[in-house]
This record gives sequence, structure tokens and C-alpha cells, in this order.
Amino acid sequence: MDLQKLSLKLHPLERQVLPVLTKETELGAITKKSGLQEIEVMRALQWLENKEIVSVHTEKKKVVQLDRNGIKYKREGLPEKAFLAVLSDEFKGLNVITKKSKLSREEVNACIGLLKRKVAIEVQNGDVLSVKITNQGKKLIGMPSFEEQFLAKEFPLDILLIKDIDKHAFDELKKRKEFLKVEEQKTVTVMLTEIGHKLLTTNLTHDVINRLTPAMLKTGSWKNKEFRAYDIEINVPKIYPGKKHFVTEAVEYITQIWLDMGFKEMSGGYVQSAFWDLDALFVPQDHPAREMQDTFYVEGKAILPPLWTKVKEVHENGGDTGSTGWQYTFSQEESEKVLLRTHTTVLSARTISNLTKVDLPAKFFSVGKVFRNETLDWKHLFEFYQVEGIVVDPHANLKHLKGYLTQFYKKMGFDKVRMRPAHFPYTEPSLEVDVFHPVKKEWIELGGAGIFRPEVVKPLLGFDCPVLAWGQGMGRIIAEYWNITDIRDLYKNDLKQIRNMKSWLK
Amino acid sequence: MPTVTLNKKVFEELVGRKLPLEELKDRISMLGTDLERIEGDEIEVEIFPNRPDMLSEQGFARAFSSFIGVKKGLRKYTTTKFGSSLTIQDVPKTWPYAVACVVKGLRFDDEKIREVIQLQEKLGTTLTRNRKKGGIGLYPLDKITFPIMFVGKKPENIKFRPLGFPTELTAHQILAQHPKGREYGHIMESWDTFPVFVDAKGVIMSMPPIINSHDVGKIDETTTNVFIEGTGPDLNTIMTSLYILTTSLADMGGTIHSLEMVYPDKKINFPDFTLRKMKLDLQYINTRLGLDLQEKNAIELLERMGFGYDTGNVLIPKYRNDILHQVDLAEDIAIAYGYENFEEEIPNVATIGEEHHLKKFARKVREILAGLKMIEVKNYHLITAEDLNRKMNLDNPLISLQNALGEHNHLRNAILPSLIKNIRENQHNEFPQNIFEVGRVFTHDTNTETKIGENEHLSVVLCHDKTDFTEIKQVLDTVLSSLGICYTIQETQHASFIPGRVGEIIIHDKSIGIIGELSPEVITLWNIQVPIVAFEVDVEMLFKTIKF
Repeated sequence: MDLQKLSLKLHPLERQVLPVLTKETELGAITKKSGLQEIEVMRALQWLENKEIVSVHTEKKKVVQLDRNGIKYKREGLPEKAFLAVLSDEFKGLNVITKKSKLSREEVNACIGLLKRKVAIEVQNGDVLSVKITNQGKKLIGMPSFEEQFLAKEFPLDILLIKDIDKHAFDELKKRKEFLKVEEQKTVTVMLTEIGHKLLTTNLTHDVINRLTPAMLKTGSWKNKEFRAYDIEINVPKIYPGKKHFVTEAVEYITQIWLDMGFKEMSGGYVQSAFWDLDALFVPQDHPAREMQDTFYVEGKAILPPLWTKVKEVHENGGDTGSTGWQYTFSQEESEKVLLRTHTTVLSARTISNLTKVDLPAKFFSVGKVFRNETLDWKHLFEFYQVEGIVVDPHANLKHLKGYLTQFYKKMGFDKVRMRPAHFPYTEPSLEVDVFHPVKKEWIELGGAGIFRPEVVKPLLGFDCPVLAWGQGMGRIIAEYWNITDIRDLYKNDLKQIRNMKSWLK
Repeated sequence: MPTVTLNKKVFEELVGRKLPLEELKDRISMLGTDLERIEGDEIEVEIFPNRPDMLSEQGFARAFSSFIGVKKGLRKYTTTKFGSSLTIQDVPKTWPYAVACVVKGLRFDDEKIREVIQLQEKLGTTLTRNRKKGGIGLYPLDKITFPIMFVGKKPENIKFRPLGFPTELTAHQILAQHPKGREYGHIMESWDTFPVFVDAKGVIMSMPPIINSHDVGKIDETTTNVFIEGTGPDLNTIMTSLYILTTSLADMGGTIHSLEMVYPDKKINFPDFTLRKMKLDLQYINTRLGLDLQEKNAIELLERMGFGYDTGNVLIPKYRNDILHQVDLAEDIAIAYGYENFEEEIPNVATIGEEHHLKKFARKVREILAGLKMIEVKNYHLITAEDLNRKMNLDNPLISLQNALGEHNHLRNAILPSLIKNIRENQHNEFPQNIFEVGRVFTHDTNTETKIGENEHLSVVLCHDKTDFTEIKQVLDTVLSSLGICYTIQETQHASFIPGRVGEIIIHDKSIGIIGELSPEVITLWNIQVPIVAFEVDVEMLFKTIKF
């Protein structure tokens, strides 16, 4: 190794740290002596290690540290002592004890549990909880408890050095809220290598250029001088871009696909009447999905449009659609209920109600949130995105439906699409859409589709016309793209996760 | 949706053909039933609510056998008169209908009893909506004496031994003590009289829709002949239930016998297997499916779905209650044709795509903010009242959900609390934490259809050691000047912010939002120890002021 060349490569930080290493070997001491920040010393040491000038040994050990409450009670004494101090042989109400001992409710509760286990108190359950001291309790007042003795030690404490007689106190204190924490402590020792020792014998104060400055360029002082050579292979500290949420990226991509296919975007309220969300889609009013456990209801009564009467007729007897209807008595009260939309199909219903013959053929889509009354777990969310689409075209048919969906899924990375019979109250035929997963080699179910029933279309549009319709769940595909298995992780808003997330590259 | 468990051997016998496993799975799915699992001798399928007739082993096998082409076309069911009657009299107005009949010649074993009970339960949870729309009961014929009455009685006059109980109970005791009484008693809550079946000897047979008598209303392996009844508020529903049940029993080898229902104003013979007819509109069906079927193809496909056909008319079996319209025939024809056989096709029709104006605008705003090194977050629209008000030091009227299962039971009226919550949950991550969200907020608004107004908002939060009003105003300034919008800030009071460091954002004399340094009280309420500055604006109002 050419020592001359090596010494030229040294960064100012390395130059500052290197001389210290002849006297000090431990990171803390090195830092102190060098007058640098610890992070700077760490960086210098890493570079020096890369150049084989030093060898760095890191030793990890577990140490016990006092946590928030540990620090507090080491200073003030343990609350159970204060608690015991105000007790007597008579039962005293909890309120009295709390007041006298100046402890918080939380502390008092903790004390009761703790002291009961130690048989230091007796507790009586009356109208109010009352407590008296036992003989064992009196004994405890006089002597320092195991826990107190433990707290009196010097921290941090090497976990391996806790003696057996202290084990019990340690375990007890660890159970208590924010008393102790176990941390990993690193000891870094640094040794000069042979090269390092040799290097130190050479002259390290080269007159090299570190940073090119505007002044140097102005005066030309850089001429005839050497630039310090960098270690250009070294890792650089990370910087983070500003960015859109990764789910937004996916939503924008999906939006673009439909725009490219000539679809207009629909948008609308998250809060809807049961009329628009369900009745207008010919969902019978006693349909199980309308029950409280599946749908979020909001207080209040919605205003119904004039269309309501037509929809009522269709439900009751088919109206003028040629259908028998569901044959029941339609309720206005049920229509007026206010809810969070259970599907974006409500937007399709509203859109159709605004169309006239001259607008046809027409195609619409939306990528929007829908709501289901679920408790959150790894595969259920109470709000999630649905991809909705309709094609209102007098010549539309089932083959076109398969065509549009196949095209869409191709762009989503799934070449094979399958339709299976299914049932929805508002479509006939109804179908379930599956795509073939190219890696898992299996069919996955992504949502419903079909052709709207005349009982839906005729009241809304004024005449019967085939309307192809679909509502597809995208959560699964989106989550899978980023290898997310717990669906809640899509919206946990962990900044580290968002910062480091790969872009949507489809 | 309900699932039905089938015995594979029984099923294959009923179908009349044994299919290889893969084909069996495929055909079950393509018939329009979700296959849940096949394990050993058990097949579990999910039945869609439009086909309650497939809730029985017999009904499912009947449909499946036609579908795969073994026994196609209409199944004929006949009935002879039993020669007695059921009189319906003085029953509660809310439970006015009853129909009944007799099936003879059954040979029950454990398996068949399981099938019948399963069918009865599944019909109960689906077609009759957990007994709200009706109830069904079966009785060994030998234990009862005709003619039978369906009458309303005062609850205190009703006393019998309910199924599975050792002693007699009164009607009220049944509702309070019997598991079925507790489960379904709410249906009868407001009734003055309770309906009961009573035979010619005065024996109480059951109290619909709750429970049968243990003495005369329990079928077992020795039962060969049964009396079946259905009661409820909806005559169509209970008739369909009994058609499904009796045809399944007939498929088990029973014969069906009709009774005369004697209502105060009319008499009905039940069951009556006269078929419903619907005219076949082949052109309509072909247009909808994109096919070019001839009549003979259509007949063949209809037969594969268990329909009959007679000179232009489709003959619809009694147990099919899902044929409301021509489109329902279209779907059945499509299923028989095979969904997998439809070629995909994109018609050559030009339509012009168009992004929604607000979504496009929001996209631009996101891009500007990402350029300022901000991170977008996405929060739920549902949040707790505590986060919206108490932790923001506010007391605004809120919109609560009536029945939320989780703790997130309010619609948010601002985005800011969600963002602060994000900061709270990111304390362990690197600072600065500069985040934003574009999303929807909800407020009471009497001018809308639902009395709830919805607006798109943008909120930005900066959180690090040295952040201050200047920095957040710089962000606002950059966003608004990139959009070509002029604005002013007007000092205001807001309980979430530090007095003297909070202002309203004004455009054309209108306030469109708020900007400021969050007060230390609020920051502390969230248990955060880093300064926070923020603004929140109405995106729709911004959009309205931009000039293109």
C-alpha cells in the first residue's frame, strides 16, 4: 500500500480522529478527545475501517435503565410506602386514603393490587372500597423493600450482572408501568492496524483541497494543488423525497386506464340516502345487506326525489317494466334513511338518472371510497376503494362487458379474466369476476359485474337500455403489489413506510 | 350468504352421474353457486339468495343434474287430495296466512332427517328472513287428528310442552325460557293474541313462528307421513317455502297430498302445481347476451336450467320464485350456455374520456406539495369524537354514526386532527415530519339532500424543532401562487392555535381556511413534544377562484 497515496485520500474528519487513536480505544473517549460529534467520529471510523487503517469491534450487551416512573420514584420513594403510611387498623375509605397520601387514582389502584399480593393490607368491598393495614404491612413500613433496594443501585446496570437475590425485585419492577426498561448498549473499541500505525508516522498535514470554493475559482488558487481523493464507493446518507401516498399512485394509474378507454369520471357524496344507495338499485327493503350490522347509518331523514314514486312501483309490482317486482309494500321511511354509501354503484344510479337519449352511448367510471360496518382486522377495512364502471349503450351486451373488464385487467397485469355466475339484486345476468394470478397460479375473486336490470334502468333513464356495470375491489391487488399482507398497513401512515415505498411502476 | 352441506354419495345418486373432482368443482361454480370446499364425503356450497330452491340436497342435485345434461327439463310434481282441511280463524293481523299439506310414504333415517332440518333452517334464515316473513313446521301425521285449526289465542290460555323441554310451559314462559322463544320472541312483542295450530282433539300442535309441541310436533326415524305448514305475513313467501320443501320430500320418495285452506272469505287448495308461464322474447335475450340463438337452442338451454317450454312460453316450476322478468330467463340461458363461452369483445364506439375537475385539481395540488418535499398521508374519514374535539381544544357539533362497530364512530369535520394523530404515531420516525392530505370532510348543512354537507379539504402540517408560522406561510404561499391565486391573511381567534399566531386565509373577501401555530395545550393533549404548524383550506373554493 502506498502510504503517500493513502494519506492523500484522508478526509479532514479522519485526519482529526486518527491521532487520537494512539491514546484512546473506546468510542466515547475518542469522541471527547477529538472534539467532534459522535456521528462524525462514527463516520470517520467507518471510512478508516474501509481503508483498513483501523479495526472496529462492536460489543453489544443488555442493560437495565430506569424509565420515567423509575426515575420519579427513585427520587420520591415508592407510592406503596406513602400508601401504607396513611393506613391504620381501622378500615378507611379509598377517597380518604387517596387524599391523605397525595397519590393519583392510578397509583392508588396499583398499590392496592401490589399490597394485596404482599398480604400487607386487607380490603373490604362495601359501597366504597375500604382498606386497613395488616401486621405484615406494618413490618413493611419499617424496612426498605427489595424494590427500593434495587432502585437504589447505579444505572445502567448490566443485565448479566443482576444477582439472584435481586432477580425477584427486578421482575416485580419490570411488571410495573414505565419503571424499568431494558436497552441494548453498544461498546465500540477501535484498534489501529499495522497500516494505521505506519500511516501515523508519516506526515498527515498535506496541503490538499477538500472542497472547491467559488473563491478558489475566482483567484485560481486551486492551480498546482492536489485534490483530496474521495472514497467514491462509500454509502451516502439517505435523503427522502416528498411524495404522494402509494395508494394514490395506484388510484391515479387505475383512473388513467379508464380515461384512456374513453370513460368519464363520476364523483359524488359519501353520505347518501338509502333510496339512492339501495332502492334505486332494486335492492328489496328487507334485503339482509341493509341491516344495521353491514351498513353505517347516520341520524336524520333524507329528502327524496320525485323519482321515488316510480321506484316504489317497480319494487311493489314492477311498474311499467314488465317485471312482477318484489311484491311487497314499499316503505318511505326506509328510503329516507341516511347512510354511508355501501358501494359506488350509487354514483352510477345517479349518473344514469341525469342522462337522456342524445347522451348515448356513454361510459362512466369512478375510483372511490365505500363503507362497510366492520371492525378493523388484517383483512377487513371499514372503508376501501371500489372501482366502478358503467356503459350505457343500446347495443351493449355481455360480450362487451367481458371485453372491457379483460382490457382493464390486462393493464393491471392480469392477462386472463374469467366470469362466473353470481347474484346481485340489481344486475341480470350477474357475474363474479376472477383474474388468474400469474405467480400464484390461481384464480382470485375481485368483484361483481353484470347488466343492470330493467327495474333499475327504466325508472332512472326513462326507457330500458342495456347498462353494463361493475364494481371491483382493488385493495387486494394494491396491497399485493407492495407485498402488504395486513390490509390495515395500506393506511397506517407510517412515514418510514411511505418514504421508503417503491413507486407504482405499472 | 347461506352455505349448504351435501353428502357427496347422496348427491351423486340424485344427480345420476359421477363427475371427476375437478370437473365437479368447475361445474358447481359455473352453475352459479360458490363452491366453499369439497372434503371427503362432504361438499359445501354457498347458495345465492335468488335460488332458495337449491338450499336442499334434492333441489341442488335437481338443478345440477339438468345443468350437466343428465335429467333435463321440467320435473313433474303431482298432488292428490288428502280430503281434509285447515281452518284459519281469528289469527293476529300481523300473521294472517297459513298454508299446509301432507306428504306420505317417507322413509327417514339420520341422514334424511339432517337434510330436512338443514333445509328448514336455511329457508328460515334466507327466504323467510329469520322468521320475520314466515315460519315452517313439520309434524308426524299419526299423532294428530284432522281437521286442524290455525287460531289466535290469548297467551295466558296457551300451554304445551315445547320441543326439547321436559315440562309444559305457558306462552310467556316459552318466550322467556325456551332458546327459540328468546331468539324470535321479539317478532311477537306487540301481539295481543298468539297463533297456534290445534288439532280436532284440541291438542296444541305448535305456536308459530316460535316452536312446535314436543308431543306431536317432532319427527324421527319412525315418521313416514308428515303434516307440513307454513305461516306468516307474506303468502307468496310461505307458499314458495312449502313448494321447495314438498318437492324436496317428493324427490326423497314421498307423495304430496293437498288440503283445503278455509279462510273466513275464501277457500284455497294447496299445493297446486299448475305451472307459471312466461312468453319467451328471444330477440331481447339475444340482444342482451350478444348471441344469435334460435328457438331450438333456447329450448335446449332452458331445459338445462330445469324449465319447460310450450309453444312460445317458458314453463316455470313452482319453486323458482326468482323469475321476475325476461332478463331472468336471459341469465339462466347465459348460465346454461356457459359464461366461459362468451367471447370478449370491445365495440367500436367512440366516447371521450374526462377526468373529474376536482380530482384533477387535487392531483395538481398533490404534485406541488410533493415538490416541496411533503409526504402525503391517507386517513380514514371516520374518527373519534375525542380526536375531533377534546384533543383539539374544540367543542364543535359533530356527526356521529348510529351503529358503528368500531371506535371510529364520527365523520370528520376537518383533516387536521387526522394529521396530528399521524404525527403522534410517528414520534419514533425521522424528523422533519411534513405531511399533507387532500380529502373529504363533513358538516351539518340543511341545504343538502341528506342534511350533511361534504367538502374537499387540503391540510398541511409541519412538525420539527424549528418550525414556525413563517415556514407554514411559505408553503401556503407557494401552493397558492403556483395556482395563480392572490390571498390575504386576517388575524383571528381559534382555540387550537396560539393567539396572535393564527389567521384566516381570505380570497375575495371570503374565508377559505385557517393557518397558524398549534397551541402548546393542544400539542400536549396529543402527547407530542415537537412544535407543529398547520393550515387547512377548502379545495373546492380554491378551484372556483382559479383562472385557466
